[in-house]
Amino acid sequence: MNSPITSSNDPSTADTASTVSITPRLDVRHLSTFFDTDEGLIRSVADVSFSIRPGKTTALVGESGSGKSVTSLTLMRLLSRTAATQVSGQALFTNRAGETLDLLALPEPAMRRIRGNEIAMIFQEPMTSLNPVFTVGEQIAESVRLHMGLDRSAALAHAQRMLELVEIPAAAQRLHEYPHQLSGGMRQRVMIALAMACNPTLLIADEPTTALDVTIQAQILELMRRLQAETGMSILFITHNLGVVAHHADDVAVMYAGRIVESAPVRELFALPRHPYTQGLLACLPAQQRKRELAAGEVGAKRRLYAIRGQVSSPLAPPPGCAFEPRCDHALAACREAMPALESAGPHRSARCILVRETATVPALPVETA
Amino acid sequence: MKIPLTLKKLFRRRIVLAAGICLLVVVLVALLANVITGYDPNETAVRERLSVPTASHLMGTDELGRDLFARIAFGGRYSLTIAALTAFGAIVFGTLFGLLAGFFRRLDAPIMRVVDAMMSLPDILLAIALVAILGPSMLNVVLALVLVYSPRVARVVRASTLVVRELLFVEAARAVGVSTGRILWRHILPNLMSPILVQASFIFAYAILAEAALSFLGVGVPPEIPTWGTMVAGSQQYAHEALWIVLFPGLAIILTALSLQLLGDGVRDLLDPRLKKSL
Amino acid sequence: MTRYLLSRLMGMLVVMALVAVLVFVLTRAASGDPVTVLLGDQATAEDIARVQKEYGLDKPLPVQFGYWLKELSQGNLGQSIFLQRPVTQALWERAEPTTLLALLSLCIAAAIGVPCGIVSAVFRGKFIDQLLTGFAMLGASIPSFWFGLVLMQIFAVSMGWFPVSGYGDPGATLMARIHYLVLPSTVLGVLNSALIIRFTRASMLDVLGEDYVRTARAKGLSEKVVVLKHALRNALVPIVTVLGLTVALLIGGAVVTETVFGLPGVGNLVVSAVLRRDYPVIQGALLVIAMIYVVINFLTDLLYMVVDPRVKY
Repeated sequence: MNSPITSSNDPSTADTASTVSITPRLDVRHLSTFFDTDEGLIRSVADVSFSIRPGKTTALVGESGSGKSVTSLTLMRLLSRTAATQVSGQALFTNRAGETLDLLALPEPAMRRIRGNEIAMIFQEPMTSLNPVFTVGEQIAESVRLHMGLDRSAALAHAQRMLELVEIPAAAQRLHEYPHQLSGGMRQRVMIALAMACNPTLLIADEPTTALDVTIQAQILELMRRLQAETGMSILFITHNLGVVAHHADDVAVMYAGRIVESAPVRELFALPRHPYTQGLLACLPAQQRKRELAAGEVGAKRRLYAIRGQVSSPLAPPPGCAFEPRCDHALAACREAMPALESAGPHRSARCILVRETATVPALPVETA
Repeated sequence: MKIPLTLKKLFRRRIVLAAGICLLVVVLVALLANVITGYDPNETAVRERLSVPTASHLMGTDELGRDLFARIAFGGRYSLTIAALTAFGAIVFGTLFGLLAGFFRRLDAPIMRVVDAMMSLPDILLAIALVAILGPSMLNVVLALVLVYSPRVARVVRASTLVVRELLFVEAARAVGVSTGRILWRHILPNLMSPILVQASFIFAYAILAEAALSFLGVGVPPEIPTWGTMVAGSQQYAHEALWIVLFPGLAIILTALSLQLLGDGVRDLLDPRLKKSL
Repeated sequence: MTRYLLSRLMGMLVVMALVAVLVFVLTRAASGDPVTVLLGDQATAEDIARVQKEYGLDKPLPVQFGYWLKELSQGNLGQSIFLQRPVTQALWERAEPTTLLALLSLCIAAAIGVPCGIVSAVFRGKFIDQLLTGFAMLGASIPSFWFGLVLMQIFAVSMGWFPVSGYGDPGATLMARIHYLVLPSTVLGVLNSALIIRFTRASMLDVLGEDYVRTARAKGLSEKVVVLKHALRNALVPIVTVLGLTVALLIGGAVVTETVFGLPGVGNLVVSAVLRRDYPVIQGALLVIAMIYVVINFLTDLLYMVVDPRVKY
């Protein structure tokens, strides 16, 4: 692994993190998104830092409400622009020409030139993400005409090529069909075609397969992998599905309650999770349960699946110290005092836990409960 | 930062509150007309005819020297009564047929066809025709307007009944053996109260406007009865000399109709915040 | 599609049949006798009997209904008792002012209502939205006759910019006619824009919250394109609905406005017919108006098909 994934809290060390560093496609630093509501300040995203390498896939993992979607919307600047939204931090994006821009500081017209062009996004709900009154071809062509300046017929021809690229059969015919004439899986392929139309360098995929059948899921993921290999684009993959992460991501960043709690290359994360939350997540997988049973020699015994005890705290009443502390089996008194900082936990790894900092050894895996 | 959002919420409720107070004031002024205005609405004073609003005549006088404020206050009794009775009648009548159409599948099509037929004529025209048949009198105007607005209520009640009918507790009541009448009265009807209340408020407002229009055209209540509409009708020829003769009764109508509609909106928001604001 | 058309046609016929019965019953059940009104108090019994026989008013009601239906099927709406000519002709003569008035008013109402509704939705919650919504509520509370009288007083009598009443001389040009129609159509247009603003605003708000609008923004389209192209097209169905409703409201509103401004239109005709108990005219006019309503509803439904490709009958 050549380029750094971790980002320390100390800006002075940022550039010297590694000897041979390829500029990341996207380098997010201390991103925060707060919403000022009637009931209080909601810290949806707090101090999030991660980076995405060119041509690689970074997975952003977390449960519902952890802030993953808000992160992606903040990066694309698609949040509704009300006075109640407060965004801070930097999102350093390196475009095709090699320039590095801070997405959060760009004027809106410049950002519009990037959206759908250099950075494309696909969303979770393919059934409702396409405009029902325009044909599929028109919607793709619109993007092409906007960013690549082609005329109508050239744009439609390009749109057809895109439909073929995403393996939609009878593409020439589908070009003139309306979204309601296509199935969910097809529509997601169209969304991908739309996203790829202008050859983006970064694709943000917000839970793109969650709403699809399992068999279609596999096809779509395979498609995305192939497209990445062909075009060399980076992917920011947002999901709560660890199985998908294991098979399709290169780097992983785990989010909890709006913060990154651990980040690592994928194999290292699965082999040796450092943060108690990550350990808990992995322990929940039924496959892990079987492994533990095998190790303990209790094959065939009927055991309960492990679940992390407790629930995520309300965003309006966060715990005083570490957000995960109320649910953590290894919590110390010090955990309640202050939010731990995101610190290095090994080469290209970081974790937000004082136990990782203080002990050289890895905390034990969660204890089984009867 | 927080203030604008909260203000907006309050503002909405405050407007509804203001509307309610306005309406109350209108009703009170109408009820206590003599006490408040201090003039007899029928007392003519030809020497003071068509006088501009002054301290002694807050809204001026009409062509016969009658104090306009007193006339409007007094006339409010008639306009408000007619409209209120209309709203009440339309609700009762419309709810009855709406319930029947929504609950009994076989009655649905025939009732709704009649509703469609009645609604395929513009409100005013239907009202004119009905008053023409029944003859000009306060009661007949009420009856005519009830017939004009009942179909509207029937449609809304039917739509809501169709939804409520499918809810589980109705099925449960049936299973336990509750009679149909009781189901309609005690189970379905209470759940329709919120759309019915909203409709009542709007129909009250429409009735005020409709009665005024009918009276203005001369096909409403007899001109001797001083509703706001007949006042404008009787005085319109003097409008060029004394616009306030026409202006103030109109403002009374606007104020009342507006307050009622704001109240209806506010009630709708309060009782079902998820409901889309389409009308 | 043909099945749908046929079933709609059947439905329309049923409704029209009901309307015919309704209209007939309404006019015949009147408490006044047109013949007395026509001939005056001095009429003798023989005169009354003679005129009654002439107009077939002496036959029993069901028979009169039968005659009327028969004539209807031949396109004959009967003879006006007071105007001494066929109802159809009377209606036709008066169709132009009412139609022009309705068209002008619809244009004004839509030109004000739709853009204001869009602005209101895009700037939701801000001052302009509250202002426009308030204006919409106000518009729905203003009696049209009052508004007409006030405008007439200010712009016609005081300032003299427009004629006070009437429709112009026979043979006047279209522009001259329009000059007479400016005030009345402003009255109707402004007051009816209220409903259009509310519907448009609600519809746009619904659409602006949809996922495909987010997708459009994610494509890098400007906000103007997102609102006016992607959002508005989808908001059109309720807007078309309210425009259809508005035509219906305008026909009703024309009655009052024609009276205020002395326009020789259908509305005016109906009012005077009612006052004089001219049955054939009342029946004929109501029937024609109902038919126009029904046809407009049908056309609106067909228009949905053009606007929204998901709609297929």
